[in-house]
Amino acid sequence: MNGFGEKLGRMWKPFVAYVVSTQVWKSIFRVGIPNTNRKRVLAVLGNVVLHLHPVKIRKSGVKLRYTWCAGGVTFFLFLVLTFTGLLLMFYYRPTVEYAFADILDLREQVPFGIMREIHRWGAHAMVIAVWIHMFRVFMTGSYKPPREFNWNIGVILLVLTLLLSFTGYLLPWDQLAMWAITVGSNMARATPLIGNEGPFARSLQIGGVALVHSGDDAKFALLGGRFVDANALLRFYVLHCVGIPLVAAFLMAVHFWRVRKDGGISGPM
Amino acid sequence: MSDTAKTPEPAKPSDAPSAGATAGLEGGLLSESMTRRSWHWMAAAWTSFTAATLAGTLATVRFMFPNVLFEKPMQFKVGKPEDFPVGEVDERFKEKGVWVVREATGMYALITTCTHLGCTPNWLPAQNKFKCPCHGSGYYRSGVNFEGPTPRPLERAAISLSPDDGQIVVDKSKSFLFETGGWDDPASFLKL
Repeated sequence: MNGFGEKLGRMWKPFVAYVVSTQVWKSIFRVGIPNTNRKRVLAVLGNVVLHLHPVKIRKSGVKLRYTWCAGGVTFFLFLVLTFTGLLLMFYYRPTVEYAFADILDLREQVPFGIMREIHRWGAHAMVIAVWIHMFRVFMTGSYKPPREFNWNIGVILLVLTLLLSFTGYLLPWDQLAMWAITVGSNMARATPLIGNEGPFARSLQIGGVALVHSGDDAKFALLGGRFVDANALLRFYVLHCVGIPLVAAFLMAVHFWRVRKDGGISGPM
Repeated sequence: MSDTAKTPEPAKPSDAPSAGATAGLEGGLLSESMTRRSWHWMAAAWTSFTAATLAGTLATVRFMFPNVLFEKPMQFKVGKPEDFPVGEVDERFKEKGVWVVREATGMYALITTCTHLGCTPNWLPAQNKFKCPCHGSGYYRSGVNFEGPTPRPLERAAISLSPDDGQIVVDKSKSFLFETGGWDDPASFLKL
């Protein structure tokens, strides 16, 4: 046994030396072991995943007492929701006939069906986390110049988070969902000018024909119909899974970029 | 005079061969490298790009408004007047979205949507009122609100007699509001 182990030991080092000299290896790992500062910088900058973080950050950037890591927690929850949401999509059909049954089946017939609950708890947690993050940014004055633009981007991201919750709420297609979205879309009906029951609805006309009516207003565009029905379910599904996440991902990229460009997280005023 | 060094001539935009008609654009739109011909080409290119983008955006917005809806029909027949006893609220058409009420003075159709936030109320014959389960709005059998958060009475649908077979025709797409005098409109009730 010992002899065998020694033989393996003797073969290991040349084997490793061979592997790291192959073209395949060198095409993936271009820099070699990062044992100098220059190599460390190159390893981070040359990697698409690693370079999303800056090469160096200030010590204050990792102090929980300053940042609460609230923004990071929010982003982490967004990634969890994206991943669990993607998995749920394998079992959920956004039709009036199947939606409710599929959600029940997810819970009971699918292994680790707790995924649906994780998605839901994650959604609640993300909304809470995004408010805590907003509160923290406010209390540390991190909205003051030159960071005002990023604050505005953050507000838009807050609205998008709430819209994601709103659109996702309809998908189980139960009584709670249907009536919540009925009430919510009735608010769209009351928008000035573009809601058919809002102020100035009648003022958009051509030759006496109303341009804004129950079949052609903001609520109609939102639901794809006059009531919360099959069209609304499909629309909300697409908005929830693709539309709003794409916009949110882009704005998050801007948000993180601006943090870096304005001096890094937890930087001086 | 101490002009030892000649002040360099500022580059004159009029040096470009587009002096005449485009002189007014020197400050903003025109630079030395642009010729009059290339300015027109750029203007045409940007105009068509903007127009194409605008057209594409408008087409996308229009895409979101379907032309055909697969919803339940808004007009439907509910039977002959003889089928409705006087003094009763008929719930047979609640699924279709109306209560048909016959009083001594005539008939009307109440739309089954609570005027608070849009839930469907329930008719409670024992208490002679419509009661909404969502937030407790209450209405008399005429549709007038008397309790709960709702600010206004239930709406009435257009009701008429079909000339073909004498059946009552209800049209939910036309609604009549009490607070704007709609209930005085003869299309909102049937005098029998």
